[in-house]
Amino acid sequence: MRPDLFHALQAKRASRRRSIDQWFRRLGLFLTLTTLGILGILLLNLAMNGLARVDWNFLSSFPSRRAGEAGVLSAWVGTLLLMMVTAGAAIPFGLAAGIYLEEYAPKNRWTDFVEINISNLAGVPSILYGLMALGLFVYQFRFGQSVLAGGLALACLVLPIVIVATREALRTIPSSIREAAFALGATRWQAVWHHLLPYSTGGIATGVILAMSRAIGESAPLITIGALTFIAFLPPAPWVDHAPFVSFDWLFSPFTALPIQMFNWVSRPGEEFQANAAAAGLILMVITLSMNAAAILLRRRAQRNITW
Amino acid sequence: MSAAPEINGRMESEASASDTKAMPKVQIHGLNFFYGTNQVLRSVTMDVPALKVTALIGPSGCGKTTLLRCMNRMHDLYLGNRYEGSIVVQPDGTDILDASVDPIQVRMRFGMVFQKPNPFPKSIYENVAYGLRLQGMSRRKELDERVEKALREAALWEEVKSRLHQMAHNLSGGQQQRLCIARAIATDPDVVLFDEPTSALDPIATSKIEELIVELKKRVTVMIVTHNLQQAGRISDMTAFMYLGELIEFGDTNRMFTNPAKPQTEDYISGRFG
Repeated sequence: MRPDLFHALQAKRASRRRSIDQWFRRLGLFLTLTTLGILGILLLNLAMNGLARVDWNFLSSFPSRRAGEAGVLSAWVGTLLLMMVTAGAAIPFGLAAGIYLEEYAPKNRWTDFVEINISNLAGVPSILYGLMALGLFVYQFRFGQSVLAGGLALACLVLPIVIVATREALRTIPSSIREAAFALGATRWQAVWHHLLPYSTGGIATGVILAMSRAIGESAPLITIGALTFIAFLPPAPWVDHAPFVSFDWLFSPFTALPIQMFNWVSRPGEEFQANAAAAGLILMVITLSMNAAAILLRRRAQRNITW
Repeated sequence: MSAAPEINGRMESEASASDTKAMPKVQIHGLNFFYGTNQVLRSVTMDVPALKVTALIGPSGCGKTTLLRCMNRMHDLYLGNRYEGSIVVQPDGTDILDASVDPIQVRMRFGMVFQKPNPFPKSIYENVAYGLRLQGMSRRKELDERVEKALREAALWEEVKSRLHQMAHNLSGGQQQRLCIARAIATDPDVVLFDEPTSALDPIATSKIEELIVELKKRVTVMIVTHNLQQAGRISDMTAFMYLGELIEFGDTNRMFTNPAKPQTEDYISGRFG
C-alpha cells in the first residue's frame, strides 16, 4: 500500500475511535446527571409538599386525628431512642467481630465460610430481620413490642455493615506497623488497642455512621415486630430525679419512629395528611443526608491525619 | 559487660577475631525452618559473637531474612511455620525456640529494625517510649531520660529535641529509620536485628545509619541482613554467606572477602551470580 494512502486510512480510523470516545463521554455524563437528578427531584418534591408543615409545632406535637395539629414528637424521640439501642448493640458486636476476623482468625475454610455468610447477612431482606426479632426478642426474650426489641432488630440489620467497615479500616493499616509493635513485645491485643484501633478510628466511625443512617430509615422490621403507628405519649425519660438517676424503663416502652409515622400518614386519605407525610420524609432525609455528610468529612479528616 | 573493652581492643587486630570465638552471644545449632511443608533453612549452625556486627549475605531467597526473623520469633505470628533445632542466648543459656519460652519475652531481648522505616503514626517521643511502656515503665521522668538516651544513641537527638511531640511522619526517611533504631534500642535489648535497614534510603542517609551501627556494637550485638556487599564489608566484623537455605561459610569479614574458603562464596562475592 502506498504510504500516503495508509496514513489517510489511519487518520480516518483514529477519528472514528475518537468519536466513540466522545460519544461515551456524553452518555456517561447524561446518566450520571440523571441519577443525581432523581435525588434532586425527590428532595424538591418533598420540600414543596412538606416544607410548609415543618415548624416547631410539628416537632413538638403528638400525632392527632386532625392533620393540622399532628406532629412528629413521639416519632423522632422514638427514632432517637432506637438509634441509641442500635448503636449500643451494633458497635461493640461489629467491632469485636471485625477485629477478630481481621487480626486473630486464622485464614482457613472455616473463616472463609464465616466471611461469605457475613456478606450474605448483608443481603438478607430487612423484613426477615423483623420476623426473627419478633420470634426471638419480642416473644422468646419477652422484650415485648418495645424500643429494645426494635433497636436490636435494627442492630442485626446493620451489623454486617459495621463488621465490613471495621475490617476494611483495619486492612488499610500496613502490616509493617503490626510487625513494629510485635517486634517490641506487644501482644495482639496490645497491637489492636494501642495502634490498630486508634489508627482506624476514622474509617470505623465512618462505617458506623453509614450503618446508622441505613437503620434510621428502615420501617419493615419495625412494622413486623409491631411498632405502633399512633403513639400520643413519650417513653419514660432515661433520667430520674432520685438515685440512681438513670432509668432503663424506656427500653421496654412501646414506640413509634419517623418512617412508621410517615407510613401511617401516607396510607390515610386526605391532602393534609399527605403534607404531613412529606414533612416527616423531609426531616428523615435531612437527618440521613447530614449523617452521610458527617461520614464523608470524617473519612477525609482521617485520611489527612495519618499517612504511612 | 566487663569484657566489653577487651573485645573492642581485640578488634584492632581483625585477623585474630575469627579464631577467637570467646564470647558467643547467640548460638544457633542445627536450625531447620519450615513455611508449611517448604523447608527454608537447612541445619544452620553458627555462633554469633557478642558486641560485634554479624552480616548475613546471599542471593535473594537464600533464607537470610528468614534466619533473622527466627531470632525474635517473628514467624510465630503467622500460621504453619515450624522451627527445629536450638537458638541459645548467652549468658543465661536460654533456648529461645523452646516451647516453654514466651515469644513476647524473646522479642523484648531482640530489637528489630525493618527494611522500610515504619514509625507509628504517633509523636517522635511516643514512638521511642512505646517499648518502654510495654515493659511497664510509666514514670514521666524515667521515660524522658530513656527516650533522650535512645535518641542520642541513634544520633537523632540534636535534630528532634525541639519537636519531640510532633508526628514522626514529618521526619525524612533517614531520620525515620534512625527513629526506628532509637525505638529498638530504647529497651536495652541484648541483640538488635537489622533487616536491610538502608535499602529504602539514599546514600547519605545510608552512611549515617552505617556509622550508627558501628557505634552501636559497643553496647549491643548486631545482626544485619544486607543485599549490599560493600555495606557488609564496611560495617561487619563477621559475615555469614547463605545459599539455598544453607549456611555456606561463616567467618571474619576481612578473610571472607579476601580469601573465601568455599567456591560458592567466592562466586557470589566476586559478582559471578546473585
